[in-house]
Amino acid sequence: MAKKPNQTKDVGTTGHEWDGIEELNTPLPRWWLWTFYACIVWGVIYTIAYPAWPLVNGATAGFLGWSTRGDVAAEISANEAKLGPINAKLAAAELTEISADAELQGYAVSAGAAVFKTWCAQCHGSGAAGAAGYPNLLDDDWLWGGDIETIHTTITHGIRSADDEDTRISDMPAFGKDELLEKEQIEQVVNYVMSLSGTAQDAALVEEGAVVFADNCASCHGDDATGGRDLGAPNLSDAIWLFGGSYDAIKETVVNSRKGVMPNWNTRLSEAQIRAVSAYVHQLGGGE
Amino acid sequence: MSQTEPEAPQSLYAAREPIFPRRVKGKFRNLKWLIMIVTLGIYYLTPWIRWDRGPALPDQAVLVDLGNRRFFFFMIEIWPHEFYFVAGLLVMAGLGLFLFTSALGRVWCGYACPQTVWTDLFILVERWIEGDRNARLRLHRQKKMDFRKARLRLEKWSAWLLISVATGGAWVFYFTDAPTLLVDLFTLNAHPIAYSTIVVMTLTTFIFGGFAREQICIYACPWPRIQAAMLDEDSLVVGYRSWRGEPRGKARKQEENAEQGDCIDCMACVNVCPVGIDIRNGQQLECITCALCIDACDEIMDKIGKPRGLIDYMALTDEAAERAGNPPKSIWKHIFRPRTILYTSLWTLVGVGLVVALFMRTEIDLTVAPVRNPVFVTLSDGSIRNTYDVRLRNKHGEDRPFRISVKGDPALRVQLEGTPYATTDVPADTMKLQRVYVIAPKGSNPATHERTDIRIWVEDNSTGDRAYKDTVFHGKENN
Repeated sequence: MAKKPNQTKDVGTTGHEWDGIEELNTPLPRWWLWTFYACIVWGVIYTIAYPAWPLVNGATAGFLGWSTRGDVAAEISANEAKLGPINAKLAAAELTEISADAELQGYAVSAGAAVFKTWCAQCHGSGAAGAAGYPNLLDDDWLWGGDIETIHTTITHGIRSADDEDTRISDMPAFGKDELLEKEQIEQVVNYVMSLSGTAQDAALVEEGAVVFADNCASCHGDDATGGRDLGAPNLSDAIWLFGGSYDAIKETVVNSRKGVMPNWNTRLSEAQIRAVSAYVHQLGGGE
Repeated sequence: MSQTEPEAPQSLYAAREPIFPRRVKGKFRNLKWLIMIVTLGIYYLTPWIRWDRGPALPDQAVLVDLGNRRFFFFMIEIWPHEFYFVAGLLVMAGLGLFLFTSALGRVWCGYACPQTVWTDLFILVERWIEGDRNARLRLHRQKKMDFRKARLRLEKWSAWLLISVATGGAWVFYFTDAPTLLVDLFTLNAHPIAYSTIVVMTLTTFIFGGFAREQICIYACPWPRIQAAMLDEDSLVVGYRSWRGEPRGKARKQEENAEQGDCIDCMACVNVCPVGIDIRNGQQLECITCALCIDACDEIMDKIGKPRGLIDYMALTDEAAERAGNPPKSIWKHIFRPRTILYTSLWTLVGVGLVVALFMRTEIDLTVAPVRNPVFVTLSDGSIRNTYDVRLRNKHGEDRPFRISVKGDPALRVQLEGTPYATTDVPADTMKLQRVYVIAPKGSNPATHERTDIRIWVEDNSTGDRAYKDTVFHGKENN
């Protein structure tokens, strides 16, 4: 075959020709072919070694016994083994001294954030800002106390939890429903309570409300209505309201009584996890 | 479309035809030796250059510290958030390749590509051990593996392997302290990744440089394909002046035949070619423009008393001019044209931008991420608190106190998590995450407006360095 001007190698054409342009048939290198065969062999071995072929119920397991589930299990146990020492250190540390150890505090806060988002966020919110009836953990107002030891006790034993004898317990009477107070008295005391944070609706009722408060409420909420942490009685004189600060919301609380429940976590979380989440909550901005 | 049967059925696959480039002398060969020495020197020696950065930082001049996420290059230290420098350098590398390709063709392939440089080195070693082209050809054709052939092969492969180990070994020194790693490597204390990297780099160097050679360029590298889009008629390529050389013929016949061209068909250009082509067939995909055929032909032209440049760097536009009997355009006219000037301008623009950015960097830096969940917190006294995750970066080689303040409204005050002070210590060459609270008293302007623009300042009192970031304070509208 005559050599065309641009045909640099002595190779033939495929026989195809379009408008005078012929297609060269340059051969591939032989090693390329062998690489291709090697890939096919490799592929077959791979499907035998690893789970691949679909069967009626599931697929072949592969003789290496590898599975994604096994991978995850191995990763989890490897992680637990890695974190074992620092978890042991955290569980044994003095609660108040965790924050002084930068490494331990860093670990506790990170691990605590994970625990919080798994177990606590459902009620307290993923940002710990709470909701009506579920305390905001970011502010400086605490029902039962905001130092790390108190937080740790609260998380361990829960609040009004039926499954733990050491749980925190208090119970506000339903002043309206159980007819402990007259309708007028309730109106008076609600106005008095609102006046403490400067939002009273009817100034005339406040003075009488103060008397009702002193007789019925001060035993738990204190003479100055600043609350009592021994009983988890909220401070009624500040700007923070657990169930809402409107007239209707406060009246609802006085008439029917309201209280929240938190599970005791000592049966579900390890001591290290409880300490981690305590440290996390303590450093959210309101820790005492 | 018409179809004609091929004359003879041929195999779809062919074994590689071995190439035995002959030794050549000349100006381009000298240039290539020089470039080889410089590039290999840079590659092997760079990790051993020391650069004092103080006690807290490594003293290796060029170090890619993946573990601590730092890149050191002499006086420059790049943090991960400054990765745009690397992006900028890649843009410059891209534009640089465009520029060089449009002006000088495949000059990268011919002179600077590691595949070319190491293959050149491997061929040099091959020649030292087995002799020049003819000796190597004889050895190749000798079927019987006698003692001499076995010894030569073994010597050659050992030398190649030694170079390969050194190549793979040098690579890992860029990623950790070189002297320490060298000791660790020999005492078997180095990280397994260091050893596996060396093994992989050694094998690839050995196979690519020793056996695959030009096949990497022809079959594996995408660059020859991309190049087709970047070359134009003014790009300098290695070409053969066929109008001067043809018809070719043996030298002794030349005197008898006036029709004879300058080419004496001595095959010198083919014998020196490292990719095994005949440049006289014109532009080919395989040609990496190493210019060795120019040296080979010039040597022959000198011997037979003809002018040099039968094979030469030229542009395709020169062909038409020369065929018409006109002198070719000067090299500089080929190089300076709108396209290359545009590439140069863009390249310079990016380069100047990077240098300016480099010198405008502050040694302290911060980023501010306002916490949006929730946007604000009401405190028991009715004041409004916003929270910001502030990342403080201390790029000094020693610990520094960072003082944090906020501007925007006189009522605002700042509080740092975990400390009663407005100052926090940031250790040398680290980033510290510090939660910052900004509090507006009850009834104040920021507390009662939905948003207030604020600026968070960070000051290093010991040096006066400062930096700021603008952000927003959210209040409670109906407070």
